[in-house]
Amino acid sequence: MKAQVNGTSRDLADGTSVAAVVALVGAPEKGVAVALDGAVVPKALWGSTIVPDGGVVEVLTAVQGG
Amino acid sequence: MDDPLIIAGREFRSRLITGTGGAANLSVLERALVASGTELTTVAMRRVDAASRTGVLELLRRLGIEVLPNTAGCRTSAEAVLTAQLAREALETNWVKLEVVHDEETLLPDPVELLDAAERLVADGFVVLPYTNDDPVLARKLEDVGCAAVMPLGSPIGTGLGIRNPHNIELITSRAGVPVVLDAGIGTASDAALAMELGCAAVLLATAVTRAQDPERMGAAMRCAVEGGRLARLAGRIPRRFWAQASSPGLRVATVGTHVLGED
Repeated sequence: MKAQVNGTSRDLADGTSVAAVVALVGAPEKGVAVALDGAVVPKALWGSTIVPDGGVVEVLTAVQGG
Repeated sequence: MDDPLIIAGREFRSRLITGTGGAANLSVLERALVASGTELTTVAMRRVDAASRTGVLELLRRLGIEVLPNTAGCRTSAEAVLTAQLAREALETNWVKLEVVHDEETLLPDPVELLDAAERLVADGFVVLPYTNDDPVLARKLEDVGCAAVMPLGSPIGTGLGIRNPHNIELITSRAGVPVVLDAGIGTASDAALAMELGCAAVLLATAVTRAQDPERMGAAMRCAVEGGRLARLAGRIPRRFWAQASSPGLRVATVGTHVLGED
């Protein structure tokens, strides 16, 4: 199945969790948050939340700015 | 003198809030932040990629500086609300510098989207610090929907043009029931001092320090300027006069010929 991860189309195995996507993009250990289809997924639910076909995942962290 | 800045019940000894953008590297940023004395500093939220491992969070933690996430880059209320919610999740703070800009050329706030986002975020439990136009009416409306401070611009972000409409800033500070933070446009120390003299509770700046030729020294300059401006505001300036008024006594002046000053 396909999902949009940080604006890029990715082929993911069926049943891929949010936690797996976070690992896939190489996110740092701390200071990271995830939105799936426009809603925040709390960190405690990353492992149990499955990315659906056509899902839109955003993985964000803090950078220098402002 | 004990004169803390209080926003949403939190006390800060420093009235200078800084950004982290624009610094050449983390070591320059660290020296500038320390010299500025800031206790609250903004970061932006961006998609994770190879360039996002900057270590800025670790730096701020090590320096004991509170993190204030912003919603820089957001163009709509919906984007800003989601970004703020992501920042809350990532950084474990419900404080947000709300930024909703209209276009890249001016980076001016979009008042309609801004007010909408502010209202939604306040309802969602955020401490909202909105970056706003120097518009007294909009500032009042932002306060009315529950923002913890209002942060009018002096001039557009990164321009260093100073405070283009001091009268508007004074109108905002004279009527606000929440702290007013002059945000954006500061070019040099006198701009920061003026903001405080106009009644602002604090100044937020980044570029003026991070892109100065000597960021560390400019950080120190801004610290002094904010402190000086605040003291001057509290001290109460003299009224402006059209004619001169001698500060030395006019009597008993040694004269040559017919010169008599202050003695008629």
